[in-house]
Formats: sequence, structure tokens, C-alpha cells
Amino acid sequence: MSQKTKIIEREDVVIRFSGDSGDGMQLTGTQFSDTSALFGNDVATFPDYPAEIRAPQGTVGGVSGFQLHFGHQEVFTPGDYADVLVAMNPAALKSNLKWVKPSGTIIVNEDSFTEKNLEKAGYDSDPLLEDKLADYNLIKAKVTSLTRECLKDSGLDQKSILRSKNMFTLGMVYWMFDRPLKHSEEFIEKKFKKHPLVVDANKKVLKAGFNFAKTIEALPYNYSVAPANIRKGRYRNITGNKATAWGLMAAADKAKLELFCGSYPITPATDIFQELAIHKGLGVKTFQAEDEIAGICTAIGASFAGDFAVTTTSGPGLALKTEAAGLAVMTELPLVIVNVQRGGPSTGLPTKTEQADLLQAIHGRSGECPMPVIAASTPSDCFHFAFEAGRIALEHMTPVILLTDGFIANGTEPWRIPSMSDLPEIIPPIAKEGEDFLPYAREDDRLSRRWAIPGTKGLEHRIGGLEKMDGDGTVSYVPENHQLMSDIRKKRVELVANNIPELKVKGNDEADVLVVGWGGTYGHLMTAVRELQKEGKSISLVHFNYIFPLPKNTGEIFGHYKKIIVCELNNGQFVEYLRGSFYGIKFEQLNKLMGLPFTVVELKERFNQLLEDK
Amino acid sequence: MADTLLNKPNVKGLSAKDFRSDQENRWCPGCGDHGILNSVQRAMAEMDHKREDYAVISGIGCSSRFPYYMNTYGFHTIHGRAAAIASGVKCANPNLEVLQISGDGDALAIGGNHFIHAVRRNIDMTIMLFNNEIYGLTKGQYSPTSRYGMVTKTSPYGTIEEPFNPAQLALGAQSKFYARSIDTNINLTKEVVKSASAHKGTSIVEILQNCVIYNDGAHALITDKANKDEYQLVIEHGKPMIFGKDKNKGLIMGGNGKLVVVTIGEHGITEQDVLVHDAHTEDSHMHWLLSSMMAPEYPVALGVIRDVDSTSYDEKMAQQIEDIKAISTIKSMDELLNSGDTWVVD
Ligand code: SF4
Repeated sequence: MSQKTKIIEREDVVIRFSGDSGDGMQLTGTQFSDTSALFGNDVATFPDYPAEIRAPQGTVGGVSGFQLHFGHQEVFTPGDYADVLVAMNPAALKSNLKWVKPSGTIIVNEDSFTEKNLEKAGYDSDPLLEDKLADYNLIKAKVTSLTRECLKDSGLDQKSILRSKNMFTLGMVYWMFDRPLKHSEEFIEKKFKKHPLVVDANKKVLKAGFNFAKTIEALPYNYSVAPANIRKGRYRNITGNKATAWGLMAAADKAKLELFCGSYPITPATDIFQELAIHKGLGVKTFQAEDEIAGICTAIGASFAGDFAVTTTSGPGLALKTEAAGLAVMTELPLVIVNVQRGGPSTGLPTKTEQADLLQAIHGRSGECPMPVIAASTPSDCFHFAFEAGRIALEHMTPVILLTDGFIANGTEPWRIPSMSDLPEIIPPIAKEGEDFLPYAREDDRLSRRWAIPGTKGLEHRIGGLEKMDGDGTVSYVPENHQLMSDIRKKRVELVANNIPELKVKGNDEADVLVVGWGGTYGHLMTAVRELQKEGKSISLVHFNYIFPLPKNTGEIFGHYKKIIVCELNNGQFVEYLRGSFYGIKFEQLNKLMGLPFTVVELKERFNQLLEDK
Repeated sequence: MADTLLNKPNVKGLSAKDFRSDQENRWCPGCGDHGILNSVQRAMAEMDHKREDYAVISGIGCSSRFPYYMNTYGFHTIHGRAAAIASGVKCANPNLEVLQISGDGDALAIGGNHFIHAVRRNIDMTIMLFNNEIYGLTKGQYSPTSRYGMVTKTSPYGTIEEPFNPAQLALGAQSKFYARSIDTNINLTKEVVKSASAHKGTSIVEILQNCVIYNDGAHALITDKANKDEYQLVIEHGKPMIFGKDKNKGLIMGGNGKLVVVTIGEHGITEQDVLVHDAHTEDSHMHWLLSSMMAPEYPVALGVIRDVDSTSYDEKMAQQIEDIKAISTIKSMDELLNSGDTWVVD
């Protein structure tokens, strides 16, 4: 398509689009990532929205970003630092410059570097006029005026014309990475089907941007990232929150139950609830409750009445749900509680990511109140672990907490679409009319009670939050019975370990260093460990999705390594938990609390240090 | 008499006895809750639901032990949350006949938010509000319905907060059904429970209940034999609102927009002048006035005060799902997973 003199093959490239909330950067980024995925690259993306919905235009607080990482190899993260930054205004440049690699490329919309905008962004002087950016490949493009010029005869009003300027930058970046325009052209045709003028305008600007980059030779050389060697199959892009919603729906489908979700909106979990609300066509019942407590309580009621019930929330919401979660433990009803973790405590950093609700999930209830906790680790595996949370809840008659986080919830990656027939059936222990039924009789190896659903003749019974007599389920204050029931509740969660897969180490069984992680840090840990392995370092990774109970071979794996480092986005909650469970094993720890994921760079630095330590 | 009543089977062949569980009853002897339990079991015997279709959901408090004494599906939940849990039960399975049992503390203090929102949504269930104006289970603290100035363990010098009138709260939350009875009036309670159950939507049945231990005689002014006829007005839709020992007192609308108690035969007042109760009118103004009447200025209104036709939330929820299913292009999970932009890697 382009005639470049020099093409440089790259393993992977990171691009960051940034601009004002209204500049269409999310759409631009999504287009580039879809095109790259279609081209055959592996892709990971992460949107970075401002916390305030209507932050003032042109200010640093109002900058919206979208980072994407595409590669010839498997890509596990949206990347630490960008090879290319697109900055649509001074504020975008100011807030994102620190994320550009040394000698990276920066494309700025020169038109927006006006005195007023510079002031809004907090610049004392114009950074484009100084040598501050001399170390970068700075491309100044008059994006606004070029777009205007290109569309002067389009018949569109000024506002609509300006709205298409993001297509200009998209076109430029397409040229730089030798990408076809076809996918985006089709997208534009579909999106603006009812407005042919807008379709023409956007396509024209896209091409103009492409040609502009070619004319000015935006790069002295051209990057090319060859398609990755990806497993055959049909793919789609998916965010963690959407994958979570679909995983819950898949679990209901496989259990042949109706799905009920009682929730209250909370960032960053709301998208799961919204996604479920769309799918009434597949029978999903959503109930927007008056508060977090009612969210879980309606779900518990629905579970009592025989639905597969879920509630979705984030940390502060989980705190509000704890008493009711205890009721679900006491009554041994199936329930999935999804906690999309955000920065805390209190309102904290609602749009940022953290892993600091781990101990809340494991222990944060009154009394001895155990329930299984599992964690998803990538946007797409949210589907699998939401399904798993449902499977465990329904088969073991227990509430289950599924932990995701703001990073994987909003991130996207291509996902090989599973077939429903590949997923296991879920068989909850539903009591049938005519069977001998006692509310707290336990028959199977899971020690779960049977689920007698109201409406079933002859199985009328009463349950509740008061301690119940083993077997017949009458209210009991007998001391020995409370001991017994407490032991059973503990044992029931332990028995889940028989129904989950064992851990697999990524790398050598006997490496010098074992990196340990859990949940949404997988991508960064995997990238860092893999890069070090390629450099010949003796390092392996073991990553946990099943947190409570732990997989059965956990202790055995730890026994193989002298140096173990547990990395997590909190002050050391998982490592505390491991120390309590595996006495005598020495765990190093790496913690971060900035509302941001780890960077591969900082991980490698720490791991190298540990490798060198005697 | 009681036994013949208890043994009269309903259409499903069930009598009141069939709704009794074998659990030992732990309410204090003389507690008003016994009478209410009796009324509810009799009401069930006169209704046509199958036993397995009843779900009795309660919160926490003395009254909330109710489900244990019922031989139906029952759920004794946590303090204040019964309305939310009952809402979930009904939405999950609209075929169930859901009865929520709460006290004044459970429904109006810790559970106030769930109470008003259940009413606002109009979920098809009956909320029985046992109003004894005190916390009984925690041994005698004032509740949101305790009278102003009442001395209790947490208000040794008298309360300094105004009580709720539960009916005003419910009407403010757009309640479509409100009835009131007294624990000792087994027959009236039974009748209003039946009406509540027949109503589509959230039905509230407030029962003035006596706590013999911590607030004995809270409702004595209107329940004492001597005053009963003067301070109780049992209203019925379509009937003039007449009361009194001699059936000669009635309500008329005064010029200042307030209800006025009049005596038939005095000042030229005839029975024709007395207001006729309209429980079915959408306009809640008169229902507000009626449910706000307090003794000794007025008689207390009992019976079905408001009963307005409506479509319940759970019906609408089920209907919306059916409607969307009919027009949805995605018919299965596999179709959903493969919907939108996808691509093939070969
Ligand atoms: S304390 Fe009062 S309300 Fe509670 S059971 Fe005894 S009498 Fe009834």
C-alpha cells in the first residue's frame, strides 16, 4: 500500500491516543485495535477515562486516553510505555508525556496549541517551540485546519466537521504501521448508515490523514508488526466486564436456571449490570435495587426461590453487602458476588485499579463465615472465571466471591469464542418432589445441602440466619451443634479444592526465583517473567485464580523454590494469607498502591535484583 | 368454635391446622402475635393457593419468628431486609404467594429504605407490619412508631422524636393497598389478609399489636371494651363510614378540608350525609385523611383503607422479558457469543 524506503520489523508496538473527552479517542483506539486484530496481531487495550464525567475541556483532568499494544507474539498487557503518542491538545501531551518511550514518536494537533489551551493545561510556555521534546520524533500536524480544509465542500456544519478530526489522526497512524483502511471504512459506513454525508466526510478525512502521513513521511522508516501465530478459531474483542456478564449468563444456561441479577450502580462494576440488563431477550432478570444491601438481598431471595442469582459491585459495595453475605453462608444458598476492585479505601480512586479487597473477600464478615473466593486474571478470562464462580456456587450450594479489578474490567483483548457445547454442564443439587428431604441433611462428598425450591410440593421448610440444627434445620442453640455446623461450613469450602484444577507453573520447576501473583496482574507478571526467561534467567511464574481454597498442589510447588516473591497491588494481603497457610516458607513481596498496574520495567528490575541476591 | 373453623378445609383440602408447623412457639404468653398467626392461618385456609406456593419471609424481631410457625416455605432473614429478599423471591418466581412479616423497627427503621422502595415498585406481595410501637426482641427500646415523649430504656427521659404514621409513609411511597387491623380482632385480620393477598401489587396490612411485656396497652385506648365502639371505625368499600355503640356516629367532610365526626340525628344530620368509603379511588387524599385519624379526636380507621387496581412490578418484569424475547434477534448464548464484530483466524 505504501512505498516506504525502510521497513523495520517490530515484535510489538504500543500506541497511546489521548485528547479531550470529546475528541473521540476511545473510538480511534478501538478502531486501530480492531484493525490490528483483524490483521492477525495479538492485541491488548486499556481505556483511561477521566474520573469526572464533565471535567472542564482542555484541562489535564479532562484528558481521555486509550492505550493499545499489538504484537507478533502473544501480548499480555496494554504495554507500559508508548512507542507512539497521539496528543490532540496540550493537556493530553502534558499528562501523557511521561508514558512515552525515549525517542518515541509524538503526534500533536498543532492547531490546538493556542495560548488559551496551553494555559488550561498549565504550561507556562509552548512545549512545541522549545527543545523539551527534542529527544522525541515530534510530528506537528495541523489536524484541525487540515480536516476543515478537506471538508470545506462537504456540506457539513462546522461542528460535524470538527468531530471527524480524530479520523485524520487514525489515518496517519494507519500509514505509519502499514495498516489497511478497509475495516474502519466499513465501520464508518455502518455507524453512520443514516447520514451519508457523514460517511463520506469521515472516510475522506481518514484517507487524508493517511496521505498526509505519507507525504510528510511521518516516520523516517516504517514499522511493521507481522501477524502473531494465533490459535485457529473465531475471535472477538471483549472487555472484562462484558466477559463477566456473559460468563454468568453461560453458567445459568448450563445449569438450566434463570439468571437474576440484583445490583446497584457502582464504578467500575456497573458495566456488568448494564450488559446483563440488555439481555432480557435471553431471559435475564435484572433488578436495580435501592442500595447495595438490597442488591444482594434481592439476589438471595431469588436464590431461595430457585434462580441462579448474582450481585455485582466494587469494594465499598462489598462492605455494605457483608451482613447479607453471611446470611447466604448460613442458609447455604448459591450466589455469586462479583467485586470489581478499585482503589480504596472509602470512595478512594473509583476509576483506578487495585487488589486491596482480597482479605475483605476472604474474611470480611461477622463470625466464622467462609466462602470460596476466585479471581479472574485477564479481560477475556473473566468469562471463564465468572462461569467457574457460578459452577462452584451452584454445585456446592454456597455464595462465591469473584474478584476482578478496574484494569481487566475495562481492558480489552481478542478472545477466541468458545462454543457452549464445550462448557461443562452444571448440576445443582435440586431436591425433587417426593424425596426424603431435611433442610440441612448432607449427602454428597461436597457436604452440600439440597436445594428445595418453593413451589415444590411436600418440601416446605424454613431456613434463616439463626444457627440451625444439623440435619433437620430447626433453630438450635446447642453448643456442640454450633461447633459442628461451624466445622461443616469450613469443611465445605475446603472441599471445593477437589473440584478445581491444580496450579501449573509457567517455566522451570526448579528455577532460582518463583514469581507469585493472583488476579489481574497476570499480564504484566507473565510479560516480565517471559522476557527474563528469554534472557536466560532462571525464573518461573505461578499465578493464582483460585484463592480460597487454594489449589491442592500449592504447598508442593512452593517447596521447589528457594526464592519466592509475591507481587500484588496492595500492601501484601495475599502474601499474608500465604504466610498463614504455609508456615516456614519465606516469601518476599512486591507491592504497589498507585491505582495503576505494575509496569513490566519495574517488575523486571525487582526480579533481577532478587536473582542477583545471594 | 375455634376448632370447627380450623378444620374447615379450603378448595385445596387444607384447613388452618395444615398451615401450622410443629415448631414450639416462643412468643410470650399473651403477645398479640399469637392472634395474628391464628388469623393468617385461617385466611390461608380460606384462600385457594397450594401450601407449597406460599413463601413467608421475615426480617428480625419478635414478629419475624413467624415463618417458623408456618408449615409453608419460609425464610427468617436479617434485620430490615425482608422487603428486599421478598422482592427477589417474587421476581424469581411470580407464581409464589409471598407474605412478608415485619415489625415497626424492622420495616420502618433499619428497613425503611427497602420498605418504601418495595411499595414504590409495587411488587406483588403482602407486607404485614406488626406495629407494637416498641422494640421487643432487644427488650424495650423506642421504635420509629413510638409516641412522642415515650419513656423506654433508650429514652429514659422521654423520646424527642416524632413517630411515623406507617400509612402516611406508605401513601407517600405510592402505595396501592393499605389495610389496618388489630391483633385481637381475628376475623377482621383474616379478612384484610385475604383482601391483601387478592390485590395485585404490594399490599400493606398494618396490625396494631400489643406487646404485653414492653409496651402493654399501647393501643388500649382503642381496644378497651369500654371505648372500642367509639374509637374503632371499621370501613368497607361502598359503605357509609358509621361507628359508635349506637351506630349513630359518622364522618363528614368539614369546610376546612378536615374530616369531622358527627352524630346522626343531631343538627339535622342524616345517614345520607355520612361519607361513603371509596377504597378504589386512585386519588389518595381521602385515604390519607382516614389513615391519619387518631383517637381520641377521631376513631381509628380499620379494614381496607385503600385498594387500587394496578399492575405489579413482577408482572411487568415477566412481560418485558417476553416482549423482548419475541423481537430479539439473538436467541441463544452461542448466538450472543458470536454476535457483533468477529473474525476468523485460520
Ligand atoms: S416481647 Fe412483646 S412483642 Fe415480643 S413476644 Fe413478648 S410480648 Fe410479643
